[in-house]
Amino acid sequence: MREKLSTLYGKDGTKAVLSSLISILIGMTVGSVIILLVGLGNKSLGLSSAWEGIRLVFGGIFSTGRNAAGTLTWGFNPQNIGNMLFRATPLILTGLSVSVAFKTGLFNIGAPGQYLMGTAATLIIALGIPSDQVPAGLIWVLAFLGGCLAGALWGCIPGLVKAFLNINEVLACIMTNWIAANLVTWVFDGSNYRNLVENTKSGYIYKTSYNGVQTPKLGLDKLFPGSQINGGILIAILLAVLVYILMTKTTLGYELKACGSNRHAARYAGINDKRNIVLSMAIAGCLAGAAASLYYLSGNTEFFWSTYQSLPAIGFNGIPVALLAVNNPIAVIFTGCFMSMLDIVGLQLTNLTAYNEYITDVIIAAIVYLSAFSLVIRMLLSGRRKKRPAAVDVKAADKEPAPPDAEKVEKGGGEA
Amino acid sequence: MTFLVQQTLIYAIPLMIVALAGVFAERSGIINLALEGIMIFGAFVGVYFVRYMQLAGTFSAAKESGNWLALQGLELLAMLVSALMGALFSLLLSFASVNLKADQTIGGTALNLMAPALVLFLIRILSNQNTLQMAEGDAASWFMIKKTTLGFSKTADLGFLGTTFLHKVYLATYVCIILFVVLSIILYKTRFGLRLRACGENPQAADSLGINVYKMRYAGTTISGALAGMGGFVYALTTANCTSNGDVAGFGFLALAVMIFGNWKPLNIAGASLLFGLFKCVAASYSSIDINGDGVFALADIGISPHFYRMLPYIITLVVLAFTSKKSRAPKAEGIPYDKGQR
Repeated sequence: MREKLSTLYGKDGTKAVLSSLISILIGMTVGSVIILLVGLGNKSLGLSSAWEGIRLVFGGIFSTGRNAAGTLTWGFNPQNIGNMLFRATPLILTGLSVSVAFKTGLFNIGAPGQYLMGTAATLIIALGIPSDQVPAGLIWVLAFLGGCLAGALWGCIPGLVKAFLNINEVLACIMTNWIAANLVTWVFDGSNYRNLVENTKSGYIYKTSYNGVQTPKLGLDKLFPGSQINGGILIAILLAVLVYILMTKTTLGYELKACGSNRHAARYAGINDKRNIVLSMAIAGCLAGAAASLYYLSGNTEFFWSTYQSLPAIGFNGIPVALLAVNNPIAVIFTGCFMSMLDIVGLQLTNLTAYNEYITDVIIAAIVYLSAFSLVIRMLLSGRRKKRPAAVDVKAADKEPAPPDAEKVEKGGGEA
Repeated sequence: MTFLVQQTLIYAIPLMIVALAGVFAERSGIINLALEGIMIFGAFVGVYFVRYMQLAGTFSAAKESGNWLALQGLELLAMLVSALMGALFSLLLSFASVNLKADQTIGGTALNLMAPALVLFLIRILSNQNTLQMAEGDAASWFMIKKTTLGFSKTADLGFLGTTFLHKVYLATYVCIILFVVLSIILYKTRFGLRLRACGENPQAADSLGINVYKMRYAGTTISGALAGMGGFVYALTTANCTSNGDVAGFGFLALAVMIFGNWKPLNIAGASLLFGLFKCVAASYSSIDINGDGVFALADIGISPHFYRMLPYIITLVVLAFTSKKSRAPKAEGIPYDKGQR
């Protein structure tokens, strides 16, 4: 039994899961400590409200509100779960986007820009084609594909300049992000996609349901009554599986990963590294565009078009999703759900306590910070076992493979 | 013209000082992607400090009696405090990237996510809304230097230079310019500066000559954090009327672009930030810019969308990068954690 446990512990996957769980736990603890400090420092909040806040941080998804006596009640909340799955849809896809790029040794911080371009293309197609002449289902498909294509094209730009001009993709991505933010604002400024019917909603684009285009619910709304869930989550999961197959079972996936492990060795082995870098960014952009499409095609989400001063958080949150999943496409499904659970927790905090949703962003940031040296944590986990092989189990230590370096981000020596 | 120069300076100065912050970090070998986050944090700290001082009533007497020197002192103190807190915040980055040899890009991204979250969380609890403002008055009435503050009469004509540089200006602008010059000299003409740059180019060689690379990288990132934090507050003071809302509209990233555009050299950076400041200024107020005072709003008449001007700095940076990437003088060792055992 003990030996089995040791073998399990020695596996890379286990260590990755462990280090992710440690990151999550520390992140949540950081959030709790901040809540506690603020609660103690503020007389109107106090210890009891801080305790409520902390309980919500850890179990907010199972919160059902407050009862008549004013204490928090807990239980299965289908609305929360449904909303969690709905919000997980774009997060899973941006997470996939970042992780595909990571596998090729690229840091796709450009997901927000690709997401914005996907949003613009999707909305223009979904609202621009009159639904009384073209069936709504066809418009949906066109809008989805258009979103993917726009994201892919936008993702190509950093890929191209990285491959052919050796410009650091992080810098190129940041520039394209802000160009996209201004471009999208420019496109919608003065256009007739702006929602002018509802006066209370100034600055928003029409919902796609205005043109009768929305993602079918597929009965999921019966399962989770009162939530926004729709079939998009199934598409996201399907895409995650497809990416998994692409990365592990196909030649293209192998070439992409080879470029990520060592670009020069890959070229020496006859792999076209430039083509693969561009392809990888295009796939990443396509996934980020798909995230935007599915989010805005749901029919009940609105896009605030004057976005030139800020970038969508969903794009950036793909980074922690990918990091927590250690770039495994299947694991991304779960970490995406975890991130959207934090979203729901934030809403619960805002609604039920004096705290607000931004504490969950702090938790996410703490997790990203820890992920930055998760490799170190993982090496510590295996290093400790290597140093004291006699003390615990010699066999397990012998079987131990070298620490994974496939997901190690390429260090940009000699780049612009 | 006066308006154009002043507005350009207002945008250019924070850019310049934050870009210099980037230079200090990168020249020591650490990619500081967190400039944006540190700016946001610094802006919050500075505004909160001003607000706290106002609520405590420390400077209300000075304000009543029109003692503008004391108020300028408050401004300088707020700059100092935001610089200190910015430096403290940046320690998170240096700890991760120097001691733990973490990936600097991801570490910086984490700080960029952390700052707005933390700041908005605190602002919401402090003021029940998404913006933290001064407790009373506004930036102009408390901190702006006008010709009347300097003892001139309201009708006095100071000439072009006088009106541009003495009327309706902030002391912070000039402090930043002086700091920029002093720090550039330190970077190029002192032993410390030389050692710092050596750690960004070839840390192994620097180490072999007895320079503590870790210490130098800590120093570079901390100076970077202090400057970025201060730049954040200057931005909030001069362009956002001394308010903080967990956002600096991408100025940190724009500063990064300025730094690259300026090829990591202070003089080029000063020029680049003026250029980018001009774009920002044109985009913000292109319809009311009257270049030579003849009542013709030339820029509005051309009919180019302000969105284009806003986009321009980023496009230019990309294009410049494309043309210069082959001979770009980025510090050679930036982004690579220093490992003593490596050869």
